[in-house]
Amino acid sequence: MPEILDRARARVLADGAGLDEAGILEVLRLPDEDLPELLQLAHDVRMKWCGPEVEVEGIVSLKTGGCPEDCHFCSQSGLFTSPVRAVWLDIPSLVEAAKQTAATGATEFCIVAAVRGPDERLMAQMREGVKAIKEAVDIQVAASLGMLTQEQVDELVAMGVHRYNHNLETCRSYFANVVTTHSWEERWGTLKMVRDSGMEVCCGGILGLGESVEQRAEFAAQLAELDPHEVPLNFLNPRPGTPLGDRPVVEGKDALRAIAAFRLAMPRTILRYAGGREITLGDLGTRDGLLGGINAVIVGNYLTTLGRPATSDLELLQELKMPVKALSATL
Amino acid sequence: MYCDRCGQAATEGDHSACAAARELEPPRFCPDCRRRMKVQVVPTGWTATCVEHGVRHS
Repeated sequence: MPEILDRARARVLADGAGLDEAGILEVLRLPDEDLPELLQLAHDVRMKWCGPEVEVEGIVSLKTGGCPEDCHFCSQSGLFTSPVRAVWLDIPSLVEAAKQTAATGATEFCIVAAVRGPDERLMAQMREGVKAIKEAVDIQVAASLGMLTQEQVDELVAMGVHRYNHNLETCRSYFANVVTTHSWEERWGTLKMVRDSGMEVCCGGILGLGESVEQRAEFAAQLAELDPHEVPLNFLNPRPGTPLGDRPVVEGKDALRAIAAFRLAMPRTILRYAGGREITLGDLGTRDGLLGGINAVIVGNYLTTLGRPATSDLELLQELKMPVKALSATL
Repeated sequence: MYCDRCGQAATEGDHSACAAARELEPPRFCPDCRRRMKVQVVPTGWTATCVEHGVRHS
């Protein structure tokens, strides 16, 4: 067994302490022949420190496209020649989406907007939408609305938004290669306000943006320092018209190595499959990831692209004897 | 008729990559007039609206 896995077994599995950046990098550099052993260890860590339950979530875009920021992976930026047009979801459709999500057994419903940060129109939509969802559906409401002011953080808490997503997207040293219209530190500032408010922090990113293996390890270590409640792990799905539209997708084995490494960096976090898994991992790889550290999934479609049918994921969880986390366990 | 993913003429060029990508993407261009459509994706489906040719859905 590679020495790093012995150390991880002692530090992460036995003691629940995450690997440091150097250890994460060693894991990311393990050869393919060690991958099965690595995934098994990451799965053991997940089962010991998180349990067998899987948290299921649905997401929906309240405001699509027309974003003033230039995140190079995103088809919703108004600065690129992406075919995605700006559109708002009306409140009845938002509530219906929440109902459909709850019907899958999901406990989380995340409302997302493509903005730098919310303006008054968006906050008004959130006030109306969250109230309408809470009156009609038994589900936890999360939000992802970009960078916030303290007043907006306080208002989201008052609305009953229990978790806020704001991805760092990539490590600090690579961020300026991906986004130039705002800084990594600005994102960190919003995350700190969210943390201090009592809302759960959801923060992850995208692998395959052109970052090096060293930067992937740096990113995992920076997330571990933040200690988010949830880490959504996306894999780049190159979008036409974006600056990263011609990048290759992440190799399946590299994706699985990263899943395991992020789990060994953050043994207690909710590590969620998010966008891009369908093209990076396919059905078989999806299963391998669930047996290699993942303990949460986004079911159904994403914001501008489509996912596997929710039933496919739910059937897989049943086959793997991984129960869907109940709403009562999240309250 | 136009490819509803790239907006180019459906009868010109190879759109097999577009067809493959469309399995995990909603349409973006109206196949009748190649206008960009307003597309709303929700967890269980999508709707795409062309100002001239109306609404399509999954």
